[in-house]
Amino acid sequence: MAKPDSLQGSMDLLVLKILSRRPNLHGYAIMTAIQDVSGEVLRVEEGSLYPALHRMEEAGWIRAEWVTKDSGRRARIYELTALGKKQLGLEESRWHAVSLAVNRVLREA
Amino acid sequence: MSVWSRIANVFRGKRLNHEIDLEIQSHMEEAIANGRDPREARRAFGSTLLYRERSRDVRLFAWMDSLRADAVFGWRQLLKSKVTSVAAILSLALAIGACTSAFRLMDALLLRPLPVANPERLYDLSRQGIGPDGKPQDFDGWAYPDFQLMRAAVQDQAELIAVSYSETGDLTYKSDAEIEKAYLQYVSGWMFSSLGIRPALGRVLTENDDLKPGAHPYAVLSHDYWVHRFGQDPAVIGRTFHMGNDLYEIVGVAEAPFTGTEPGTMVDIFLPTMMHPGVTHKDWTWHRTLALVKPGVAMEPMRQKLEATSLAFEEGRAKGFLGMTQETIDTYLNQKLVLAHAGTGVSDLQSGTRQPLVVLGVLVALVLLIACANVANLMTAQAAARTREMAVRVSIGGGRWRLVQLVLVQGAWLGALAAAIGGLFAWWSGPFVVNRINPPDNPARLLLPADWRVLGFGVVLALGATLLFGLAPALRASAINPVSALKGGENPHSRRRLMHALIAVQVAFCFLVLFVAGLFVATFQRLTHQPIGFSADRLLLLDTVAKLPQPQEVWEQTAEHLRSVPGVEMVAIADQPLLGGSSWNNSISAHGEVPNGVLTYMRAVSPGWLDTMKIPLLDGRDFRLNDVHPGSAIVNQTFANIYYPGERPLGQSFELVMDEGVRLKYQIVGLAGDVRYKNVREPILPQLYVPFRMAAGTKGKSEGVFLVRTSMTNSKALAAALREEVPRARPEFRVSRVRTQMEINQAQTVRERLLATLASFFAVVALILAGIGLYGVMHYSVLLRRREIGIRIAVGAQAGGIARLVTTDVFAMVAVGTLAGLGLGMASGRSIETLFFQVKATDLQMLALPAGAILVGALLAALRPIMQAVRMDPSSMLRTE
Repeated sequence: MAKPDSLQGSMDLLVLKILSRRPNLHGYAIMTAIQDVSGEVLRVEEGSLYPALHRMEEAGWIRAEWVTKDSGRRARIYELTALGKKQLGLEESRWHAVSLAVNRVLREA
Repeated sequence: MSVWSRIANVFRGKRLNHEIDLEIQSHMEEAIANGRDPREARRAFGSTLLYRERSRDVRLFAWMDSLRADAVFGWRQLLKSKVTSVAAILSLALAIGACTSAFRLMDALLLRPLPVANPERLYDLSRQGIGPDGKPQDFDGWAYPDFQLMRAAVQDQAELIAVSYSETGDLTYKSDAEIEKAYLQYVSGWMFSSLGIRPALGRVLTENDDLKPGAHPYAVLSHDYWVHRFGQDPAVIGRTFHMGNDLYEIVGVAEAPFTGTEPGTMVDIFLPTMMHPGVTHKDWTWHRTLALVKPGVAMEPMRQKLEATSLAFEEGRAKGFLGMTQETIDTYLNQKLVLAHAGTGVSDLQSGTRQPLVVLGVLVALVLLIACANVANLMTAQAAARTREMAVRVSIGGGRWRLVQLVLVQGAWLGALAAAIGGLFAWWSGPFVVNRINPPDNPARLLLPADWRVLGFGVVLALGATLLFGLAPALRASAINPVSALKGGENPHSRRRLMHALIAVQVAFCFLVLFVAGLFVATFQRLTHQPIGFSADRLLLLDTVAKLPQPQEVWEQTAEHLRSVPGVEMVAIADQPLLGGSSWNNSISAHGEVPNGVLTYMRAVSPGWLDTMKIPLLDGRDFRLNDVHPGSAIVNQTFANIYYPGERPLGQSFELVMDEGVRLKYQIVGLAGDVRYKNVREPILPQLYVPFRMAAGTKGKSEGVFLVRTSMTNSKALAAALREEVPRARPEFRVSRVRTQMEINQAQTVRERLLATLASFFAVVALILAGIGLYGVMHYSVLLRRREIGIRIAVGAQAGGIARLVTTDVFAMVAVGTLAGLGLGMASGRSIETLFFQVKATDLQMLALPAGAILVGALLAALRPIMQAVRMDPSSMLRTE
């Protein structure tokens, strides 16, 4: 398993946050949601989104399920678990601490 | 949860891949539906394969996945060469199974502590001194009065416990017609509380059940007996049974695993020592003395105290030894008391089979090593055949440890399969061997639990074997140099050197196994061909008991009745059979002289006994119906040679000298040929036959044996009929056991037969395994040198020269191995001398036999590889290169 670096850390945060607001999204929807909400600033690569999703699934933060959509296409949709909610809280407070620290550096250096 | 799903995912790799692909597919469809360009959508994913791999790795344990892949690959490799693999697995399975089986036996008999509270503090008391025959002797039997004195003397340091040698008893629960046998052990009442054995039902015996001789007819059953005889019926408490003239009441069942203190015998019924007929006798040594030493007690002072107490007792007793020389008495008294650890129990089976079991264990271990060497050689050869594959793997970036893992996993397959088959073999063979340790009518009864100890041993063995034979080829495979390997091979000799060394070791071990097996077989043959002086053919023995002593007339009437049964040729009566294990001996005073210390062995027999046994009458006459004991006597040749050298013994008188000075007078009426009395190993003993009929005024006998010589070869066919005929003749009698004299004689050599059979079996296995090994190595070396051989043949080499080329090295190794085995054999032969009979480890014949067998085996193994080499077609051979 790859070590979570800071970028992946923020990827986890983004995915968990999106899923907590709008449960039962599939991979493509998560990707576009991040893009839309961030006003096209943040872009998630497919190549890193799915390994991240699978990693979080194995960690038990999210769970997945195959569904057939109205359009007839099959999709794998994800939702947050209780463990994932806890993890989201953790990631959020860590993000706040980090951004606070970065802001302080920008302000006072 | 996550760990399990990752482990589970290892085993559904295909589905996992499929699922990941599906999700990618679904993503792209979604993207295209949302208006993205299909080509761009696909490009966004980059390499699907790479992505699949990355996603896969987070969803399972990568190392486990590679292990699974190696396992599948290893399995395919095994299937590729089925014959070789099966040979390797079976030989290893046989060896592992035999080893586990041997361990299981040794564990149950020698290593496993008794299931009691404090086995580490339990000791067995015995005395070491010089026996009446002038040889060192070690005996752990004690007289009860002596035991009582010793118990009182050391009561602060240890609790002494009397436990009788277990015996079979004839008992009845209902009517007398249903007599049955059960294993009895007389034990001190306080044994149960001292050893922490609780009742499973009712109560166990206590000190209060063991106070007055004959006053406590209470019995405790073992759990095993309760299960088998009574089906765990709780109503068994309070039931009674008759034994002899006593009526016993069952008061309880001892808790499960405890079945007495003798490994090899599972006691059915525990009785208080006070109920044993010998409990008041000073000269009847019928029980062992166990000491449960209190923590922190110094052993030596306690031992000295015990020795002094016992010596004082024996000195008091020796005052009554009339008619014995002072020297004999001094020798008798000069004994050292020994305390030996008894945490694993004490039994004759244990002491009698310890050495044979260890020897068999060593043989089995050697066979295992031979098998391991074989598998190592096979794997080396296989690895060699895969040199190119390995080189390719290294070239495309296969890690060194991955290669080691690849080869080791294949070894593990072999090991695991062999362990599984071997486990089955051990499960079957353990009880099989135990049943053959003792005579058929008295098989050793041994708890053979297949628990974690045995399982652990098997697993460690299999793992060890896998490492042993897998590691060398694995390291070799991983150290491959791809450039030279792909160019056409490295130096072929380096690999062969290891294989040759293994061949030498194999041959040496094989020689050792063959040699020891040969010695055991020779011992067994010499013992079975030892003249015994009588004929056991068609001889059936009916052990007969009566509740009350019966006069001679009743015994004679019964014998007469049996003579009228169709198929019966001759019938005689005796107190006990010959070679049956029961001894009766006394000192003799001839010509009025003081006894010489040599014991004469006795048997009470009816008229016609000599005829029935086919023992020649050398002089005088047989007993007549009116001869009585004491009075008339028939002696054997050895007796005559000792007491009447150069004289005619007929008509001479002598006296039987018993303890406390009682003397009985006899006149010799006949001289009989020598026969074996106790066992076939010892020299012929001086023997004295006295009439079965007792002098007037005595009560007669309540036990005896009818000896029936039948006209049919299979005398056992008459057993059932005769068993019924005896009580039909006289209702007072019951037949408690039917045996044949042949069974008794064969029981004499049970241990030797077992050793000879098992050792021969292992010898054959060792020879076959070594043969396979030799064949494999030669075959491989022909394969490796086929270019050289092809060139030699092409330039005109003769067949003989080619054969020499192929075999010289290997046969040199066989010679080295044989020599090493010879040395090993001569060195180890000395340490197991006591198991041999009339054979020596230095006998030329004993050494020549295994050497010859190995030579023949090696030649047979070499035949096919030589043919292959000689028949090689150089043109086709060289064309392929």
